[in-house]
Amino acid sequence: MDRKEEILRISGVNVRKCMRCGKCSGTCPSYDEMEFHPHQFVYMVESGDIEPLLNSDSLYKCLSCFACVERCPRGVEPAKVVEAVRLAAVRQKGNNHLKAENVPELLDDETPQQLLVSAFRKFTK
Amino acid sequence: MIYSYYPGCTLKNKAKDLDRYARLSAQALGFTLEEIENWQCCGGVYPMAKDEIATKLSSVRALADAKAQGRDLVTLCSACHNVLKQVNNDMLTDEDIRTRANNYLKLDEEYCGETKVIHFLEVLRDVIGFDKLKEKVVNPLTGKKIAAYYGCLLLRPGKVMQMDNPENPKIMEDFIRAIGAEPVIYPMRNECCGGYVALEDKEAAAKRRNAVASSASGFEAEMMVTACPLCMYNLNKNDSDVPVYYFTELLAEALGVKDN
Repeated sequence: MDRKEEILRISGVNVRKCMRCGKCSGTCPSYDEMEFHPHQFVYMVESGDIEPLLNSDSLYKCLSCFACVERCPRGVEPAKVVEAVRLAAVRQKGNNHLKAENVPELLDDETPQQLLVSAFRKFTK
Repeated sequence: MIYSYYPGCTLKNKAKDLDRYARLSAQALGFTLEEIENWQCCGGVYPMAKDEIATKLSSVRALADAKAQGRDLVTLCSACHNVLKQVNNDMLTDEDIRTRANNYLKLDEEYCGETKVIHFLEVLRDVIGFDKLKEKVVNPLTGKKIAAYYGCLLLRPGKVMQMDNPENPKIMEDFIRAIGAEPVIYPMRNECCGGYVALEDKEAAAKRRNAVASSASGFEAEMMVTACPLCMYNLNKNDSDVPVYYFTELLAEALGVKDN
């Protein structure tokens, strides 16, 4: 299966609904941290330009806050596209973004369990 | 009134106060939170992928347990609430996910999204009623200017969460009024604090939390309240020195049961 088809299948998103208004990127709290912004994820997937996304750190900047999902006037749900590309990346063998052996040095006395389980869910397979 | 209750991983550890003050308050208000047996961690973030069900199963087990008890399922942690409610919506509306989850779980009775998932705040608003709550307050927090922090998980996606207007919510402000304090409305109250990247991108998390806290402080908030242990963790380190409390702690204090 080609990459585009894979991303579309994982996300369930119809990228062709996007009218490129950019609201998703405008409302994204991680905008400044991202090389590719939510609207770029959507149109790059639509045009099959997926390799740059797979290799970009932008995948790990999404906060899963659903701001883009809530505010998209076309119901495109860009966060689902970002997550699908991230999964396509971390599902590859040896490609986990978070390594368990590096976790201890990232903890402090107050780190909630919620932060650890969600980091593993988002960044590893 | 007895509710099934899903505490979640953090309420058993770093966020014990969120749980303890909720139980004390529930008792004072005349309802019981009965913890689901053998619940499993929800995973902390809703899995959006259409092609995996394993990450949704712990939620489905909790939802099916509440259904078997014939009770609504109450949550406290914003993340658990978001995950359980969104997975429940999948079980109700997505035939593929529902079929595969049921094929895997082989429950005595198929689970098809029947359970009603309600947040503790919704119990206060919809079952107790904020007017009735106000009557039960013995230590009103008079004069305190409190900023409600909704963050992302309680409200979005609005179509699924259905707690309040996702862009102009008022449930927490009404709660703050009910306990005798004064709510502070500020622009960042429903924007993400960046908590999810606080493990491996500490700089980005700091930027987001300081934007939220300085927004609240700019509108003269003396404190912020949250329902989310991750927001609590992240916001607590804010540069504006705005203290952050769980809403249940202020509730227990107002009801006079904090030290029970």
